[in-house]
Amino acid sequence: MARLHTGDLLDRYYLKDRLPTIWCAGCGLGTATAAFLRGFDEAGIDQDKTVLVNGIGCSGRTAAYLDFDVLKGTHGRAIAFATGIKLFRPELTVVVMAGDGDTLAIGGNHFIQAARRDVGIKVILFNNQIYGMTGGQVSPTTPLGARASTAPAGASERAFDACKLAEAAGASYVARATAFHTQLLTRLVRNALLHEGFSLVEVTSQCPQQYGRWNKAGSAYDMLKWQKEHAVRVEKAAKMAPSELKDKILIGEFVNR
Amino acid sequence: MTRKLLQGNEACVEAAIAAGVRFFAGYPITPATEIAEGMARLLPEVDGVFIQMEDEIGSIGACIGASVAGAKAMTATSGPGISLMLENLGFAVISETPLVLVNVMRGGPSTGLPTFPGQMDVMQARWGAHGDYPIVAFAPSSVRETYDLTVKAINAAELLRNPVFLLSDAMVGHMREAIEVPDPSELVLVERTRPAPDEADFAPHRAGENGRAIPPMARFGDGFRFHVDSNVHDEYGFPATERHDVAEQLIRRLNDKVNVYADELILVEEEQLDDALVGIFAFGCTARSAAEAVNIARARGWKVGLLKAMTLWPFPEKYVQKWTRQVKAWIVPEMNLGQMVREVQLVVQGQVPVYPLNRVDGLLIEPQQILALIESQMPEGLERVT
Repeated sequence: MARLHTGDLLDRYYLKDRLPTIWCAGCGLGTATAAFLRGFDEAGIDQDKTVLVNGIGCSGRTAAYLDFDVLKGTHGRAIAFATGIKLFRPELTVVVMAGDGDTLAIGGNHFIQAARRDVGIKVILFNNQIYGMTGGQVSPTTPLGARASTAPAGASERAFDACKLAEAAGASYVARATAFHTQLLTRLVRNALLHEGFSLVEVTSQCPQQYGRWNKAGSAYDMLKWQKEHAVRVEKAAKMAPSELKDKILIGEFVNR
Repeated sequence: MTRKLLQGNEACVEAAIAAGVRFFAGYPITPATEIAEGMARLLPEVDGVFIQMEDEIGSIGACIGASVAGAKAMTATSGPGISLMLENLGFAVISETPLVLVNVMRGGPSTGLPTFPGQMDVMQARWGAHGDYPIVAFAPSSVRETYDLTVKAINAAELLRNPVFLLSDAMVGHMREAIEVPDPSELVLVERTRPAPDEADFAPHRAGENGRAIPPMARFGDGFRFHVDSNVHDEYGFPATERHDVAEQLIRRLNDKVNVYADELILVEEEQLDDALVGIFAFGCTARSAAEAVNIARARGWKVGLLKAMTLWPFPEKYVQKWTRQVKAWIVPEMNLGQMVREVQLVVQGQVPVYPLNRVDGLLIEPQQILALIESQMPEGLERVT
């Protein structure tokens, strides 16, 4: 299937008079959102029968520029709003687009309970490992030892693996891509949207302004290069030794049941 | 009409379903749990949706989602649960999402007195969430009033596109009374206004020229592709957080909705006030004791009357003003340390004494306590009223 050109993508799905976005230069949210929309386009779902539910923060603005029914709720509660929409109107496609703090910290219980219920909402989790909007605070996915404004000596707590968490809680579709692997992300989004039950697509994304500066991770280019070099397809990882997988992030489909 | 023996909480369920509630999300809590249990049993029979959520935050969240998707939605809890719901109460206000919250009040603070009634949450209902916001709250004192005010609460929520409280209490919620349940076809119901299907310039927050014109509300999934936002937003729902004129206009318009409809929203009963020299202002379970106190006082020849408030917010100040011109004193009994009495005092403005009568041990204020206050605090007044 031919992927949409950017011009067509803009015409079809963006509220162009709402642009430009508020995101910093080099942020991964723009490419990740575009990859999501390409996946949505390929899934062939009715735009009028789709609701996007945002959380709060930088990723809580992903739907604000898009031509859909959109609910931008309170911090952490996107999944609760989405659950109500989906239960009352099961014919609608309901997509939660939220960040790591929203989904895994303040909204963590809603996340695991929705996965347990296997309620048919789709969660696109933009994981940049930090609270960007409020200026670079430590999040539940900040890697152990990585620095943030509220962890100036480095994060002392272990990070969540959102995909393992969702799988253990009962999610029936779980996958991960990065902001670099946009073609994979598009395919995973399409699959998640066409899947019946609770679906998670995690996007490992880059935040050069906050995470990058605190951790001397370089420019957006350097962070994307890091994603390229450290992401390993789940099929390939199955044949690798644990020592080889240290510092790697797995991408691909983990659960599809 | 069907005669039924019902708990207050059961009457709430029957009324809600008769008034068109088709979505309920809740979490177990004493003394409100029977409402969730009733909804779990009855909603599937009318193709409605019940879900027990993981907490009260999720419960109100799911209700808001369902309401934006077109449902008349309700949740029910008690004080601790309301404390958790307050953030999203504000969201329902700013997004203009109709919703009914039932608070079957118990003694607080914290988990307080789980199985005993209290009236400590009336100011929480008014001011508990952050920011300036409009609110409507009804307070039933009987099973039949629970039925009627549940219907009123749902109607008010749909009319105003705003959350509405039903402030019941453990006594009213758990008490059983035989009531005449109206036939659902007899109920006067209000439905939110919707945009015309072909409306080309739908703006979910554009009020009409008339201050009474609440903006129409579309459903998600009907092709309008509209945005609902927790930030200060323009009439299309797009964030306008750097536009101070939009913020000023929005916050004032939201708050004015309740003011403009105050006369229709305010429900009171004026019992034996016509010649009264002492007025009792009471609501909820305490209004029952107050009514009995009035009867005993009248038998003694004392001119005592009752202003029973079934609407607490907006506060029925016109009625307090009206009777303040006649009575020589007000008594305000309530199961808290003095919350609504401040509203009465604000209206009375020192024209006559206003005496609080408070009880916070989880037991009802007794008629004899009210009579004793009349006798002890106002000996000279008593002479006049005899």
